[in-house]
Amino acid sequence: MRHPIVILFLLLCIATLPSCRGGRSQNDVIVAGSTSIQPFADKWAEVFTESRPAIGINVQGGGSSAGIQACKSGACQIGMSSRELKADEKDLHEIVVARDGLAIIVHPSNPVRGATLAQVKQIFSGDLTDWKFIGGPDKEITVVTREEGSGTRGAFQELVMGKTRIFRGAITEDSNGTVREIVAHDPNSIGFISLGLVNEQVRALVLDGAAGNEANIRNGSYGLVRPFLFLTRGEPTGAAKAFIEFVLSDEGQALVKKEGLIPVK
Amino acid sequence: MNRLEKRDRHVRLALLVIAFSAVSILAVITVFMFEQGTPIMFKYGVKNFLAGSDWYPSEKSFGLWPMIVGSIYVTSGAMVIGVPFGLACAIVLTEFSSKRVRGVIKPLIELLAGIPSVVYGFMGVVILVPFIRETFGGPGLSVLAASIILGIMILPTIISISVDSLQAIPPAYREGSIALGATKWQTVRMVLLPAARSGIIASIILGMGRAIGETMAVIMIAGNAISVPRSLLAPVRTLTSNIALEMGYAAGEHRQALFATGVILFIIIMILNTVANVTSSRRKKAKG
Repeated sequence: MRHPIVILFLLLCIATLPSCRGGRSQNDVIVAGSTSIQPFADKWAEVFTESRPAIGINVQGGGSSAGIQACKSGACQIGMSSRELKADEKDLHEIVVARDGLAIIVHPSNPVRGATLAQVKQIFSGDLTDWKFIGGPDKEITVVTREEGSGTRGAFQELVMGKTRIFRGAITEDSNGTVREIVAHDPNSIGFISLGLVNEQVRALVLDGAAGNEANIRNGSYGLVRPFLFLTRGEPTGAAKAFIEFVLSDEGQALVKKEGLIPVK
Repeated sequence: MNRLEKRDRHVRLALLVIAFSAVSILAVITVFMFEQGTPIMFKYGVKNFLAGSDWYPSEKSFGLWPMIVGSIYVTSGAMVIGVPFGLACAIVLTEFSSKRVRGVIKPLIELLAGIPSVVYGFMGVVILVPFIRETFGGPGLSVLAASIILGIMILPTIISISVDSLQAIPPAYREGSIALGATKWQTVRMVLLPAARSGIIASIILGMGRAIGETMAVIMIAGNAISVPRSLLAPVRTLTSNIALEMGYAAGEHRQALFATGVILFIIIMILNTVANVTSSRRKKAKG
């Protein structure tokens, strides 16, 4: 205790103690799950709590599956899932809060502008291995996918692959951002990310003749759409209900649209 | 006197508690990992886990064979690159350079060990991967890229321990050899390297341990495909990256399968360590 550094360290510990709040107040809502929805939920929570300082919204990640589990066990009031629920998860109350398109992205220098969903499926199953088969250069295709358990991969599997497996030789990355980064630098690569995250570094393919935009998603001609779900055990009540109502309100949905998602109404 | 004795006892007790808590943490980790990981291995069959090549946790198929092979490939690749360079560097530093040069270069090399692995990975992604893609073709994210980066990462370990063991050789060995008319290179090859052998082997084993356990850099540059790589330019997934890549989203049996991956990695490392210990202790006995 004679060392000033030890004393300083202890003081620092004491000073940071209040930041680990023990116990949560009655009005705190925990929202947990999909990392794809998390940034949007953060945004909603920020705007929501501005006008209602009495309610705390605590947004956590963890992934769709973890969010569903946490909601089932009551560890959080609202679970977030970026994939449809499986049969044994259907006992939860689900609310679609937004919809998100999936984009199939390639390098901007790639001459291939579009593909059919069947071709995309063949590419990701490893049956179609060269760009020349779909009007591109004579180069082997580098397939980039997401890791098992990711909601984006789950949605892609369901919407494009069906029962077919994504082939084992595909490069696997653990976030939308890394997939985009790799596709942006490898001229022969193809990958899938959330439509809202497509930027000028990569190009989204036109699928079955429809470009991925809001109009085509609304009229149903662009097929790669997944719901963003909020889950509750039974009908939501209290603060959780107020938050969900805010998310579905015009103000909440306008936020979604600004961030590149498709509003539900 | 009595007061001092009492104090002595208290200090001894406190040290004992601290020492055993360190050991018990190790025990808790081991027990927890085996408790979480082994049931699922027996449920789906140990053979399927070790020899199966399909890793699709959502379809309940948990084959770790590609990752086991991947770990071995990447680690051997790192050894092929790291050991010759490291050993050559150690020999030059101890035998062929002045004290001043050594005094500057050795601390610099040891500084390499302090660079976080994510920085190595980032350098790999930004410089090495595009280079491999443009020069040799393929996606760039590959066994080759991971081997080169890991080979560089283990250099400080190999160099500094080898240098220490070469320097620990009594000067009489060198002097005797030179006096007998051997050249400097002959002295190194026939006298010094055999004399420092156990230290050099220890450095290689420590380097191997670092290579097989490295995760962050490997995830960034290896491509993480689940297939057994067909060439040096094919992407590969190691056991460590399998855990780190998927743990964020894993639940239920998937999570247990990741613990099982940890168990298998644990066993592989135990085997390596045991083999290393046995060979080095046998050598010591033989020496007398």
